[in-house]
Amino acid sequence: MAKDLKQIHEKIYPPMVEGEHTLATVSDKIGDVTLKKKTPWHWFVGFGISFMVAQLLLFSVVTLLAKGIGIWGNNQPVGWAFDIINFVWWIGIGHAGTLISAILLLLNQKWRTSINRFAEAMTLFAVACAAMFPLLHTGRPWLAAYWLFPYPNTMGIWPQFRSPLIWDVFAVSTYATISLLFWYVGLIPDLATLRDRAKNKVFKFFYAALSWGWRGSARHWHRYEIAYLLLAGISTPLVLSVHSIVSFDFSVSQVPGWHATIFPPYFVAGAIFAGFAMVLILCIPLRVWYNMKDFITDTHLVYMGKVMLATGLIVVYGYAMEAYFGWYSSSQYEVFMVKNRIWEGPYWWSYWLLIICNGLSIQLLWFKRFRESPFWLFMISIVVSIGMWLERFVIIVTSLNRDFLPSSWAMYSPTMFDWSMFVGTIGFFFTLLYLFVRFLPVISIFEVRTLLPEANVHGHQQDFEENVLEVEYTYERTDPPNKEDAES
Amino acid sequence: MDKKLYGLMAEFDSATELVDAARATRDAGYRKTDAFSPFPIHDIDEALGIKRSILPVLVFFGGITGLLLGISLQVFVHYIDYPLNIGGRPYLSWISFVPPAYELTILLAGFTAVFGMLFLNGLPRPYHPVFNVPRFALATREKFFLLIESADEIYDYDDTKGFLEGLKPQEVFDVEE
Repeated sequence: MAKDLKQIHEKIYPPMVEGEHTLATVSDKIGDVTLKKKTPWHWFVGFGISFMVAQLLLFSVVTLLAKGIGIWGNNQPVGWAFDIINFVWWIGIGHAGTLISAILLLLNQKWRTSINRFAEAMTLFAVACAAMFPLLHTGRPWLAAYWLFPYPNTMGIWPQFRSPLIWDVFAVSTYATISLLFWYVGLIPDLATLRDRAKNKVFKFFYAALSWGWRGSARHWHRYEIAYLLLAGISTPLVLSVHSIVSFDFSVSQVPGWHATIFPPYFVAGAIFAGFAMVLILCIPLRVWYNMKDFITDTHLVYMGKVMLATGLIVVYGYAMEAYFGWYSSSQYEVFMVKNRIWEGPYWWSYWLLIICNGLSIQLLWFKRFRESPFWLFMISIVVSIGMWLERFVIIVTSLNRDFLPSSWAMYSPTMFDWSMFVGTIGFFFTLLYLFVRFLPVISIFEVRTLLPEANVHGHQQDFEENVLEVEYTYERTDPPNKEDAES
Repeated sequence: MDKKLYGLMAEFDSATELVDAARATRDAGYRKTDAFSPFPIHDIDEALGIKRSILPVLVFFGGITGLLLGISLQVFVHYIDYPLNIGGRPYLSWISFVPPAYELTILLAGFTAVFGMLFLNGLPRPYHPVFNVPRFALATREKFFLLIESADEIYDYDDTKGFLEGLKPQEVFDVEE
């Protein structure tokens, strides 16, 4: 009887740590990735390629600063193009990191524990890539300080707070700062673990300096947990606001195809969709290369696949509503925009590619066969990442290239520098990720420890399994017992 | 016993033993105690008599400060210092001031949460007497430690050491100042 119940329980709550692990083996296994002397050969290959690709960014930025933004393909009327497409794309990718670290923490989802660390790192690096685009689009980023930030300057002028672009500055800079703090606070106890395990003097000093003398005191843990929970609490409205404000950049304007009330929720869902795709792209090879399958289990991948499917469907709903709004508005410009975007315009192919990438590809995730196969999840994630990039291309370019006056219509095509800068940021992103994997613990060690049975005080776990479980299931309650309640 | 000791420390193998020992220590009347563990243990707060931190209150006021700062900055800029007619909107078009004020609320609340936590914890503190115990390096890996400070009122080297040994730890250490 008890055994059957245990099986039922495991079916509802699959174990988040597989294999035989103790407090010590968890610490060693994750810590050794950074502390073990030998760096695997594939790290050098991957880092080398990323670093070379990142040089494209350097080249593009230097050329841009020397010659001005005329090297891009932006024109009239397509005044915003790759710069904002890439900005929104990168910012969106970042959102999954905060969703995993904050929202799933508040929802008490234990599966977030082993993926939150590198998802947060991904957020930080993606935001860094994103921030470059609007900043460089100003052409003279060194002057952007007084254009963007309200500081009392000698010219006596201020930024324009009624503009969504300034809201964006506040949203993105707050987002970057809070994400950094959240990530760093999560790292402190793990850095202390590495400090105490490091043999190499240089590494020991490096981790000691970064861990700020953390010693695992009960009083410290008490405040630490409160601070962590509060950070999660404030990051949740933050992450929802950031992409809403990014969508205001478009929806507050009058341009047909931008001026739609569906934009904020649709952008946020799209951001999480794209972000989970990127998390999957990163963690599927990571768990194989670093032998982390015990911590990032197949269950994790399945869950992420499900989140991707759900948010993807919201995004598809957004596409349908955009077209419906255009038609229902009976404004001739809106109706024209819909036609222009979907079949009459010169960029119709991008719309249909987008539907294939974001709408059709995810339908495979309904099937267990695809959802449970890391290979298919990886492929679908890549397709979704391309699709989300196309989504921004469709929104921005097809709306702008044929606006109100036919005399001002023009085609847009990116130049070599548009591409080199975009590809360069991808190289930059992976360079930072490779450094992160090499020098910092990729999985939150102390949080994984709390998932182990050893972490339960007074054998509550056993009590739970023997008594609570039996009682709960004997009475055929529809809602499963809350594991957390039974433990505390 | 020439050197002045910071306190005595006992090592335990599991979280359950640590919580039991902490409870016994508190029952015995010790107040200047601390426990060290590789992960947060919820029962230890009650066992050691740790009061709920004031941090949430600080964070609340941090957030309020951010909100007021955001509103007053924008009102000052657009209403007092440099009123500018933009699209015929009123100078006090407060609705468009919401997003920056909202973000500043979150920013300052976040700063208070992180730096408030570090400040209340007395971090960064690179040196602490507990680090003098070589085995203490395992506190961030797999072992659990209970400390009784020599500053405690009823601390007495022999008595306290005997008491800690009675708790069946792995080992009891002198923590040098």
